[in-house]
Amino acid sequence: MIERLGPVVSARDAVARGERTAEAVTRDALAAIARHEPVLNAYTAVGAEAALAQAAAIDRARAAGESLGPLAGVPIAVKDNICTRGLPTTAASKVLRGFVPPYDATVVEKLTAAGAVVIGKTNCDEFAMGSSTENSSYGPSANPWDPTRTPGGSSGGSAVAVASRTVPASLGSDTGGSIRQPASFCGIVGLKPTYGRVSRYGLLAFASSLDQIGPFTITADDAAAVLAVIAGADTHDATSAQVPAPAASAASRDVRGLRIGVPRAFITGVDAAVARAFDDALAAWRDLGATIVDVDLPHSSLAIPVYYLIATAEASSNLARYDGVRYGARTALAPTDSLRTMYERTRDEGFGAEVKRRIMLGTYVLSAGYYDAYYLKAQQVRAKLRDAYAGVLADVDVIATPTAPTAAFPLGEKVADPLQMYLADIFTVSANLVGVPAISLPCGFSPEGLPIGCQLTGRMWAEDTLVRAGAALQSTTDWHLQAPRLS
Amino acid sequence: MDVTPLDDKEVRRIAALAHLALTDDEVQLFGRQLGEILQYVRQVQAEPTDGVAPMSHVGRDQSGERTDDVQPSLDKAAALGNAPDAAREAGYFKVPRVIG
Repeated sequence: MIERLGPVVSARDAVARGERTAEAVTRDALAAIARHEPVLNAYTAVGAEAALAQAAAIDRARAAGESLGPLAGVPIAVKDNICTRGLPTTAASKVLRGFVPPYDATVVEKLTAAGAVVIGKTNCDEFAMGSSTENSSYGPSANPWDPTRTPGGSSGGSAVAVASRTVPASLGSDTGGSIRQPASFCGIVGLKPTYGRVSRYGLLAFASSLDQIGPFTITADDAAAVLAVIAGADTHDATSAQVPAPAASAASRDVRGLRIGVPRAFITGVDAAVARAFDDALAAWRDLGATIVDVDLPHSSLAIPVYYLIATAEASSNLARYDGVRYGARTALAPTDSLRTMYERTRDEGFGAEVKRRIMLGTYVLSAGYYDAYYLKAQQVRAKLRDAYAGVLADVDVIATPTAPTAAFPLGEKVADPLQMYLADIFTVSANLVGVPAISLPCGFSPEGLPIGCQLTGRMWAEDTLVRAGAALQSTTDWHLQAPRLS
Repeated sequence: MDVTPLDDKEVRRIAALAHLALTDDEVQLFGRQLGEILQYVRQVQAEPTDGVAPMSHVGRDQSGERTDDVQPSLDKAAALGNAPDAAREAGYFKVPRVIG
C-alpha cells in the first residue's frame, strides 16, 4: 500500500493531537508562500495578520478544551473570484481594483467555521475566463514543474499553491474545467462537485448555470474532507440543493465491480504521453478489480461550441454589473462626460481582452436575429448531451478520459489564438453542461517531467464514488506523492 | 481556415449593446477573432433538434417559498464602502448627471 495521509488530514490531526500548534502550521505556510512567490506568482493577496489571529484562536480553543472543527488549523487558499471579508477580491480584474468585500462567500464562512485558516487569495484568469492564468491583471502564474509553462487555468494560482506545498488545500471555481485542467497540469487532485452541491453565494458569477466551487488537494481523501465542509444547501443560493452530505473521506478503497466507461472514439488527438498515462491509470483500476468497458458518448464533439455559446451568453449578462457605480474602478471623468460614457470607458479600461471578447460573443448570440440560431440551439444540444450522459451513466458508474489533451503548454503559446485555447477544454466542459461531478487525478508524467491527469466523471451527487476510485488509484500508485523541485 | 470577419459596423453595434467603448484596433481584432469563433461554433446548427426542449439549467426545480421573516442584510455604510463616488452621509451612489 502506497497511500499516505494527505496534508489536510495530517495537519488537522497534528493540531488536534497537540503535536503542532495551528500558529506554527500557519507560519510555515506563510514562509513557504514568501519563498516561492517571486517565481510562481500564485497569490494575489495574503492576509498574514488575520490568518495568524485565526490560528491563535484555534490554539486557544484547543487549550481550553473546546471541540475543534473538522479542518481546525488547516491553512487554505481561496481563488480571487470568491469573496473574503476584509481581503481584496478582484477576480484578477482591473475593473475590481481595490474591492474589499463587506461579506464572506458561504464557502469561506463554512471553512472558517470548520477551523480552516484562510490565508490568502490566488491568481486566476480574469473572471475565470481562460485556461492558462495568463489573462490576469496580476500577470501569469508559473507552473511549479517548469516555470516557463502555464499552470493551466482558470484556477491556476489555486493549483500552484497546493502543488508547491504552500498550503494543504485550496478552493477554485470550475465553469468548463477551471479546477480539473490546472489540477492535471500541476500534478494534484481537483474536484468539480455536482452542480448545486456547493453554494455559489459570494462567487463572482461567470456563467451561473455552469459555475461550481471545489477543492484542490494532494489526495482524494483530502478532497473529500474539504468538500464535506463546503457542501450544503444555502438560503442565499436558490440553486444549491437539499441532498445528503458527501462523506468526509473515502468509505472504502474497494473498486471491485466498479464499471468504468471509456469513450474511445472521443479520445482522439491526445498527446502520446497523455494516452500512455491514461492507459496506465485504467490498468491500475483493472488490477484492483474494476471493469473497463468501451462506451459511446454521442454529441460530445459538440460540447465545446455549445459551451462557448452558453457560457459567453451568461457572462455577458453577469458582467453587466461592472459599470463603475457601486464598486471597483471608475474611469476618470470630465464634468461634461455622460453616464453612458462612464459605463463604456470604465468597462473598456477595466476589462482585459479575453473578457471583452466573451462579452462581445455572448452579447452577439443573445441579440435580436441571432438568439434562435445560436443560443437556443446550444441549449437544445445541451439537453441532448445531458440525455446522452444519463444513458451512459445508467450503464457504467464513471466515465474516464484524460483531463486535457496535453500536459502543460508553454506560457505565451496560445494567448494570441483564443480558439486554440478553447479547444484545450475538450474533455472538461461536458461535466459542467450536464451538471455531473468530475475529478482530475494525477496519473503519470510526460517525458519532459510534466504531470498528466486522468478525469473521472460520475453520476449526479456521486462524488463519493469519484473519491473512492481516486483513493483506490492512490493506494497503488505514487504519482500524487511526486512534488516539484523548487529552489 | 477561410473566415469572414464580422464587419466594423456589426462589431460596433455589439459593443454599444455591451456598453464597451472599443478602440479602433480592438474593433479590427475582435472582428477577425469573433468571425473565427462564430464559424467554429456554427457547427451546432447542423445537429437535429426538432422537438428538443432547450435546457437552461441543470437544477431540479426545488425553489419554494421561504417564511417571510426579516433577515439581516448589508448596512448602508458597508454597501457604499466600495463605491468609487458616493454621498456616504446621505446614502447615495453618485454618477454623472442623467437628466438635463
